[in-house]
Amino acid sequence: MSPNALEDLLRACAPQVLGAVVRRFGDFDASEDAVQEALLAAAQQWPAAGVPDHPRNWLITVASRRRIESLRTEAARRCREEAAGREPEIGQPRGDDELALLFLCCHPALTPTSQVALTLRAVGGLTTAEIARALLVPEATVGQRISRAKQRIRDTGATFTMPPPPERAERLTAVLQVLYLIFNEGHTASSGDRLNRVELTAEAIRLTRQLHDRLPGAGEVAGLLALMLLTDARRPARVRPDGGLVPLAEQDRGRWNAAGIAEGVELITATLRTALIGPFQIQAAIAAIHDEATRPELTDWPQILELYGILRRLAPGPMVTLNRIVAVAEVRGAPAALAELDAATAADAALAQHYRVAAVRAHLLEMAGEPAKAGEQYRLAARRTLSLPERRYLDSRAARLGAGTG
Amino acid sequence: MKYLILIQSNERSLAVWETMTDAERMDFGRGHLALTDEMIKAGVHVASEGLADPGLAAWVSVRNGETIASDGPYAEVKEHLAGFYLIDCADRDEAIAWAAKVPDAANTEVEVRPVLDMSQWDL
Repeated sequence: MSPNALEDLLRACAPQVLGAVVRRFGDFDASEDAVQEALLAAAQQWPAAGVPDHPRNWLITVASRRRIESLRTEAARRCREEAAGREPEIGQPRGDDELALLFLCCHPALTPTSQVALTLRAVGGLTTAEIARALLVPEATVGQRISRAKQRIRDTGATFTMPPPPERAERLTAVLQVLYLIFNEGHTASSGDRLNRVELTAEAIRLTRQLHDRLPGAGEVAGLLALMLLTDARRPARVRPDGGLVPLAEQDRGRWNAAGIAEGVELITATLRTALIGPFQIQAAIAAIHDEATRPELTDWPQILELYGILRRLAPGPMVTLNRIVAVAEVRGAPAALAELDAATAADAALAQHYRVAAVRAHLLEMAGEPAKAGEQYRLAARRTLSLPERRYLDSRAARLGAGTG
Repeated sequence: MKYLILIQSNERSLAVWETMTDAERMDFGRGHLALTDEMIKAGVHVASEGLADPGLAAWVSVRNGETIASDGPYAEVKEHLAGFYLIDCADRDEAIAWAAKVPDAANTEVEVRPVLDMSQWDL
């Protein structure tokens, strides 16, 4: 078995094994440590000894033994001998374990950074070192996030069970936010060595796909999966070899991943017909319209504008407002969009402060045939952005308009 | 999100330092060590260092492939970077809360700068 196949197998088993062990022993914290040890033992032994016939059962047995050993140590320390002599019985993996695990890792008592780290380790089966490399933070920091998260779960008395139905929808929303955060984190294009980095976008898609398999009727899960597939499909055309950003309108659409687009379009089309509508589905529908246009001028902007109108009611926010205004420009012209932008920023002080306002205004001024004013706004936007490729892109737009050096 | 907390040494901070007793100076230094520890425990710490005197700095440039190192023009510098904390936390508010715990913030002020990230965006 190749090292990659072995790693895939271990990571596929990890959440099921952890689920079975936590269900039996009840304590997430110590069970997670035991499973990590079992995974490590497998990674060391299987390449030489061969993969056992039932790898999951092997892992559950080894992890359970470790857990019992530590229980015995604790028990011995407290002079409690009755715990000794128990033999491990193999708990069988159950379908809902992975789901309960994911809900536990995205518990509302945890900070978003802890939710991400814990989900990647407990559900994604990544090691602390892999997570640290993927997030570009020191390994000790990730280790602390995970141990604090486990501590917090213990303190809140959260149990390894599915939340009751009234809470479930809210908790599912939190889970989807964490998965989306992991996906977006994966967009971080490291200028350094990518070979050693776990592909977080691929990991987010894998986890969301698993969740979708478990909850095929949940519209927002399907919507998020479709959104990820449709966004990731453009990746080959989005960044130049030098790390420069290629905007949607200038991307070589022949390099988009056709299989990813087909899957995403089919998924979102089927979901919109049957499911209760939600923000991820609308965003996926918008991404699908972009992806289906083989040339930028074939983009169905009126439909995109309508979808942003729905999204604005479902999940208002500065990015939705600004993206909608870009669509207004395509449908009703740049002057109409500039008027809407002025009205929106006048009415909402927080929006007026948003760093993307200058970029959108520059884009609209350029469309309206005002190159000098547009160049000024591009330069302002370039100073305010927090993204390096975006800054380069905005500077290049300004330079193209001959805005001088000011 | 990563944020860099910058601590400057300038005339005002030196003036405060002059008024401090030995015990207060000791507490100040311990405060930095305790803060680093707290950041590590909270899972936000990426790196932190105090910087040596700018008089020890070298100014490096490369011209025509040749490296030229010269001593810094430190004598006339009134303000210099004295130390930093690089943290990775949820948002700006959290970064500000950490900056408020830097001992220097109680004397002068510290600066919080977001780190440019390489994330993508679509227009």
